[in-house]
Amino acid sequence: MELANLIVIFLFGGLLAWLAEMMMENSARWVSLLTIALCSAYLWRLVGHIPAELFHINPVANQAGTWLMHHQMNWIPRFGVSFELAMDGLSLLLIVLTLFLGVVAVVSSWAEVDHHRGFFQANLLWTLAGVIGVFLALDLFLFFLFWEVMLVPMYLLIAIWGHEGKAHAAMKFFIFTQVSGLLMLLAIIVLVVLSAETLGRYSFSYFDLLQNDLSGGVATMVMLGFFVAFTVKLPGVPFHTWLPDAHTQAPTAGSVLLAGILLKTGAYGLLRFTVPLFPEAALQFAPIAMGLGAAGVVYGAVLAFGQSDFKRLVAYSSVSHMGFVLLGIFAWNHLAIQGAVMQMVAHGLSTAALFMIAGALQQRLHTRDLGAMGGLWHNMPRMGALALFFIVASLGLPGMGNFVAEFLILVGLFQSMPWMAVVAALGLITGAIYSLRLMQEAFQGKPDAHRTLPDFGPLEMTVMIAMVIGLLWLGLYPQPVLDLAQPVINSLTAEVQL
Amino acid sequence: MLQNTVLIPLLPLLSAVILIATAGRLPKRLVATLGAGSVGLSAILVAQLSIAWLDNPVPYSLHLWTWMSVGDFQPGIAFYVDGLTVVMMSVITGVGFLIHLYSTEFMQDDDDYSRYFTYMNLFVGAMLILVLADNLLLLYLGWEGVGVCSYLLVGFWYKDPANGAAARKAFIVTRIGDTAMALGLFLLFTELRTLEIQQLAAAANLQWEPGGNLPILACALLLGGAVGKSAQLPLHTWLPDAMAGPTPVSALIHAATMVTAGVYLIARTHALFLMAPPVMLAVAIIGVATLLLAAFTALNQTDIKRILAYSTISQIGYMFLALGVGAFSAGIFHLMTHAFFKALLFLAAGAVIHCLHHEHNIFRMGGLRTRLPVVFWSFLIGSAALAALPFTSGWYSKDEILLATWTMPWAGPWLWAGGILGAILTALYSFRLVFIVFWGEAKTEPDRQPEWRMAGPLALLCLLSVVGGFIAQPLDQVFPAHQPEHATGAVAWITMGIAILGVIVAYLIYLSKQWSVEAGLNSPGMSRLREFWYSGWGMDRFYDSLFVSPYKTLARIMRNEPIDQLYNGIVQLSLWLHGWLSDQQSGQLRRYAASMVVGLILLVAVLAGAR
Repeated sequence: MELANLIVIFLFGGLLAWLAEMMMENSARWVSLLTIALCSAYLWRLVGHIPAELFHINPVANQAGTWLMHHQMNWIPRFGVSFELAMDGLSLLLIVLTLFLGVVAVVSSWAEVDHHRGFFQANLLWTLAGVIGVFLALDLFLFFLFWEVMLVPMYLLIAIWGHEGKAHAAMKFFIFTQVSGLLMLLAIIVLVVLSAETLGRYSFSYFDLLQNDLSGGVATMVMLGFFVAFTVKLPGVPFHTWLPDAHTQAPTAGSVLLAGILLKTGAYGLLRFTVPLFPEAALQFAPIAMGLGAAGVVYGAVLAFGQSDFKRLVAYSSVSHMGFVLLGIFAWNHLAIQGAVMQMVAHGLSTAALFMIAGALQQRLHTRDLGAMGGLWHNMPRMGALALFFIVASLGLPGMGNFVAEFLILVGLFQSMPWMAVVAALGLITGAIYSLRLMQEAFQGKPDAHRTLPDFGPLEMTVMIAMVIGLLWLGLYPQPVLDLAQPVINSLTAEVQL
Repeated sequence: MLQNTVLIPLLPLLSAVILIATAGRLPKRLVATLGAGSVGLSAILVAQLSIAWLDNPVPYSLHLWTWMSVGDFQPGIAFYVDGLTVVMMSVITGVGFLIHLYSTEFMQDDDDYSRYFTYMNLFVGAMLILVLADNLLLLYLGWEGVGVCSYLLVGFWYKDPANGAAARKAFIVTRIGDTAMALGLFLLFTELRTLEIQQLAAAANLQWEPGGNLPILACALLLGGAVGKSAQLPLHTWLPDAMAGPTPVSALIHAATMVTAGVYLIARTHALFLMAPPVMLAVAIIGVATLLLAAFTALNQTDIKRILAYSTISQIGYMFLALGVGAFSAGIFHLMTHAFFKALLFLAAGAVIHCLHHEHNIFRMGGLRTRLPVVFWSFLIGSAALAALPFTSGWYSKDEILLATWTMPWAGPWLWAGGILGAILTALYSFRLVFIVFWGEAKTEPDRQPEWRMAGPLALLCLLSVVGGFIAQPLDQVFPAHQPEHATGAVAWITMGIAILGVIVAYLIYLSKQWSVEAGLNSPGMSRLREFWYSGWGMDRFYDSLFVSPYKTLARIMRNEPIDQLYNGIVQLSLWLHGWLSDQQSGQLRRYAASMVVGLILLVAVLAGAR
């Protein structure tokens, strides 16, 4: 069970970090870094052993042998529950993103977290464990389990180490995810029970459930169960309202993980489960889903413009950017899905960086209020220049990953629903409006003459520059990422035609 | 030669990367060497290329790598060099180098010297990519890249929020056009399955009917991008505000190069535009309308840079007119001569501002003819070329445009008349500026004289503004061989000489003061009209009340999340239910008994009903 080890490393790493901090001050964060490094090295070795040609074969969704890796072990045979993990290009890509942003999260918590450091790092690593589990699990019972594993430590991160309104925000986050998770659980059970009639046995395995012959109203209801759960996570309008609160109140590392990775589990779920499991229902529903996506693009941008809290503004920008993902997935053609995948990665990097900057500002100024900022470029030119970079990246400047993503989504969308693309393209304008406002309010304008603030230090600069390089690479030579996802998308679109 | 083509945009970009990495720690002298030197080297490479081009004018492509490949969507990072590219690159690097050199002195006292040259070099690199791109997606990269550099340079002095506002306005207004252009790209790719410019032309010829809906829609969307970038009606409002940036920036970006990108785009995709005659006509009409509107506005401005800004809008209007009537070569010719004389004028204006303690108002200048002689001659020559006085560079190019306009079927004479009226106004406002600033009594004394790094570029640009009309442009193979006929006879004579009339009027009004217009100008009706012109025909106010304020209001109303009220409603409901239920547990025996009775009755009733 090599794939399981990826998760186990994080579960134990978290425990270890907690224990280490009790024995030695400030050791937990090093344990975290080492854990991520260990997991990365392990993943490297695993991927090294995969035959190169497998990366070019379109995995057949229900033939385990064509995936990069696949493991299955009995767990609760009576109900057809098994411990089934599998990896294809898409999950590999998202796991690499998770590991990278894991490092970013640890670094951004480096000086910020000042109490219960060990337990903090433990929760951070357990969140990562849950996320990787979500990206790997192909048994729906197991998937649901990881979905919950991801939730609890994240709740604690917000509730314990958050800012002034943490209790409310953490509760809201928990209830939204929990209620929508319940819908998904119901949908899973209905799906399994109904498929058992044709299969002749209970099975929670993705491969078996793909053969379901649900149709009509039942299929739509079950599909909606999945859709709502994933769209809450994404988040899509109108299920997004937990996000601004959670982001604003979470500690920096929490925001980085939330925006960078947790939101992507929603997109991943839509792509992996909602559409392939219920192609017909999804086809009928696609115009509504795309409408929600386009609404999200514009709605998020308008609300972002209205905010006066740095983190809240960035949170709404996420709502807008994730609207593009929803559009890309439900446009369901190569270009659009590639764009959606690219958007997951690029948005992960650019937004994580912006949250890190927001965290650094809060630490230095003790406020997130844009009205209290201004002229910060003068005080911290390095941070200003980096903020500028990530802001223009997130408004979709060509040459950076976000542009590749949004362009592919829109050009793909234009082929299936031109008018939807026209509405979504408004996001390019409204995106510029709120992004440049953020730059102006925080870093430009008249500097406060009495303020002396420390600029980014070497550790933060290293992480930041890594993200700069990442975004430029995605923007100028995105082919490796596209190639990794291409076979998966080929097989998804070949089997499911919307 | 081939490999050197890559170096042309790469050198300024590399210099920018070095300047970013050193983050202002380099001494100013080194920054200047890097910043201006890299563009100078590029200029030398372009010169080499141009000389080689004269011998062997064969277009060539250079494929560096495939940018992204998804199915049949495979745009490359690839260059295409033909005569048009050579002309554009010569202007960008040539004029660009002179402006960089000028800047080394102009910006000498600025603390952010290094940041300035970083942005300038990035701009030159992006602009070169824009003109070198062999496909519309890479062109779009350059297009947005220059947009961001323009944003950064307009807001260069970031400590004043007004500059930031101007910078954002420039970016967002052009972004509106850019979005139309992006939609055009989606449409072109969806229909023709390529974005490579040469292939697009071929595919469009095969698949599309000339005058059909698709070419018209596609070209109209591209035109949206061009109108935004080139500050034409109705998206011209950003350019006058963009004057908030340092003056050499205005010379390079907002006069010589970036704002002409829209002209370049239309010229580059002329094969598509020729298939959409209604859009061509729209281009010509937009050109004339813009050139007139901007000329009237320029006539009423008092800020030296705003006068030049409106004159830029107006001159690009002429270029659009040329494109619209199909005289592509004439349009590009005017693009080049305009780059020379408008850069000259801006740099000269910069020198005035520089030597006059940042004074912008022309009515607080005066008598500078003797006090700043170098600047005076530069301004005089630049204005002569702008007004298109005979035998200056501007005269040759504007003449070609107007003569070609006349021969356009049915709309020709009308468009020509607009162009002629514009020509009189151009001469009038440019010599109004010259007479007010350089004659009369001195109101502000200059505290310094430009040194060689400023005077040298001025002198060279003077030369180019005079003889630029003789530079042959290798555009024969680029554009269709069949260009519009030129008008002859009386029309030709009027076209040639009309500018002189404008200068004479300016002389009579502003210098000899033989014509007193004061009374007329200050009459109530006229002053209201002047107010209207001064404000740029109220366009800013119009957009403000139609778009900006409503958007701000909308954002303010919605900022507290209307959708969340729904969820809050659920919370309120459960709280209320909680309260109601706990109230029932009052501990009063009477109430418990009563509710039991009521409950029993209800239960019995329900059961009986079910029966």
